[in-house]
Amino acid sequence: MRSRTKTTEKLSPGPKREKRAKRKAGKRERFKSVTGRRERTKDFLRSLCFLSPSFLGVCLFFIVPFVVVVKYAVTDSSAADAVFVGIDNFKKLMANAAFKLAAKNTLTFSALAVPLSVVLAIVLALMLESRIPMKSAFRSFFLSPMMVPVASIVLIWQVLFNFNGSFNVLIEATGGKAIDWLNSDYAQLVVILLFLWKNLGYNMILFMSGLHNIPKELLEYADVEGASEWYKFWAIKLRYLSPTVLFVTILSLINSFKIFREVYLLAGNYPYQGLYTLQHFMNNMFNSLDYQKLSAAAIIMALVMIVLIALLFIIENWFGKDVEG
Amino acid sequence: MKKKRIRKKQKYFSRGVMFLICAIFAVLFLAPTVLTITNSFMTESEINSNYGMVFSTTTGGYVSEHVNLKFIPDKVTFSQYITGLVRSPEYLMKFWNSVILTVPIVFLQVAVASVAAYSFTRWRGKIRSGIFFFYVILMLMPYQVTLVPNYLVAERLGILNTRWSIILPGMFAPFSVFLLTKYMRRIPYALIEAAKIDGCGEWQTFTKICLPQCRAALCSIAILVFIDYWNMVEQPLVLLNDAEMQPLSVYLSTINSGEIGLAFAMATVYMFPSLLIFLAGENYLMEGITHSGSIKG
Repeated sequence: MRSRTKTTEKLSPGPKREKRAKRKAGKRERFKSVTGRRERTKDFLRSLCFLSPSFLGVCLFFIVPFVVVVKYAVTDSSAADAVFVGIDNFKKLMANAAFKLAAKNTLTFSALAVPLSVVLAIVLALMLESRIPMKSAFRSFFLSPMMVPVASIVLIWQVLFNFNGSFNVLIEATGGKAIDWLNSDYAQLVVILLFLWKNLGYNMILFMSGLHNIPKELLEYADVEGASEWYKFWAIKLRYLSPTVLFVTILSLINSFKIFREVYLLAGNYPYQGLYTLQHFMNNMFNSLDYQKLSAAAIIMALVMIVLIALLFIIENWFGKDVEG
Repeated sequence: MKKKRIRKKQKYFSRGVMFLICAIFAVLFLAPTVLTITNSFMTESEINSNYGMVFSTTTGGYVSEHVNLKFIPDKVTFSQYITGLVRSPEYLMKFWNSVILTVPIVFLQVAVASVAAYSFTRWRGKIRSGIFFFYVILMLMPYQVTLVPNYLVAERLGILNTRWSIILPGMFAPFSVFLLTKYMRRIPYALIEAAKIDGCGEWQTFTKICLPQCRAALCSIAILVFIDYWNMVEQPLVLLNDAEMQPLSVYLSTINSGEIGLAFAMATVYMFPSLLIFLAGENYLMEGITHSGSIKG
């Protein structure tokens, strides 16, 4: 069933026409199930009944307070009743050294960790797709870190990367100079390793399912034509993987913003400054109850996320358009 | 003929190389977990002699001895577990905190989400697809964005510093709504139609047709949600001031240097439920991940 729908999707005439067809089908569906206006309103109410628990909760915990967040972000804190100050809070935040450091660190981390995790996950997926023995065992091995709570693993990470830790023993044994991993510019590297360890398996599974969905005939045809593995990868596999690449990139991006968890458990609330993440900044703001800065920071983050994701969607559309068409 | 044989040889060779690389990766991926587990069976003195340097000296201090990473303990002992679980109840308390935060979230979130997903599957209008799109956006927002609204609401409702401040927002997290909707949309429409013709009401269609159809999906989503919340650090740090209520994930990092052996044991205890779930539900998990694979579909 699933494979059939997939192929029809692939063979469909084009995104626009497809969309129109879908809309038509949707209309037909609705008309089929519901006749008459009274029935229709009844139906609408029923659908509301089903949706309401979730939607009310989302409203209560996310949407309504977010309006308050916006209000905080554009009003003054010191005044008893709120005075509209426009983008003053944002300006203040942008001038804040701690915020700048946190934003810089988080962005560099994401810029390094996300591409790495995408590329390495593709490599792992490709390796597991080629017929090697013990494939499913490897798959579980790679996925297992995802199930291990970070808190449980931090001890070992400390043993490995402490100044007196195993890696330095290894380095000194080979004649190098010991590095204070967690308190130097290498700290980001340590956290990137932890990030990769945790997330590669998940991304790999996503890519494996992406590879699985590539029409086999296409690859066979390429084989007959004498295409090299390399060419097959660039011209066929990557094209078909592009939606997965998009998704994995977004996922990794979100996860890279969650890196605070690892950093906090490794280095506490006040880590080396190269590890000071946005969440550290937010936590400090929560502690000092600085709603204005918090709100402004949250809004900036939301905007950055939306812009980044929109950008990724645009790139993916451009890159994968001749596959769908 | 000869050429073919050479090609075959090459193929085997490249496969061997790949196998080797995979094996190396597998060792790297498994090592931290295995090390934590095996080290939890070491005696306190062995742990201290192996890792004492790491946890006792402050950084940059004089280095007299190096750590000694060991996979297999000299003498297997359960004493760490006994101290952690029987003698000092605080760890057990923290573990219980983790359980009482995570389990309700998993069940409530899946319950709320399955109803909402049914609504998104069964009726599709402009408003509803708009709402669905909004859910997707919300799902993609990092904690730095969502925690601030959560905090404000918790404060207003007076549930700050209680477990509800984590459980309630967790209950309505849009992630599982998204995933379940994608599953449910695969159910053939004719099935729902047939149920209607046979006189099923909406609720009956939901419980008798839709839910059984996506039992696997429910399992895999429950697993994913469980991992996410079992692992949580950000929410309790912000929403729970009280150290008594912190889950074990946060508490583990505050263990002092004198109790490293104990920390290893507790870390193992902490990863035990999730590893168990992994072993039991790996296929569900795999399927869940696979189906989360595209935002657009």
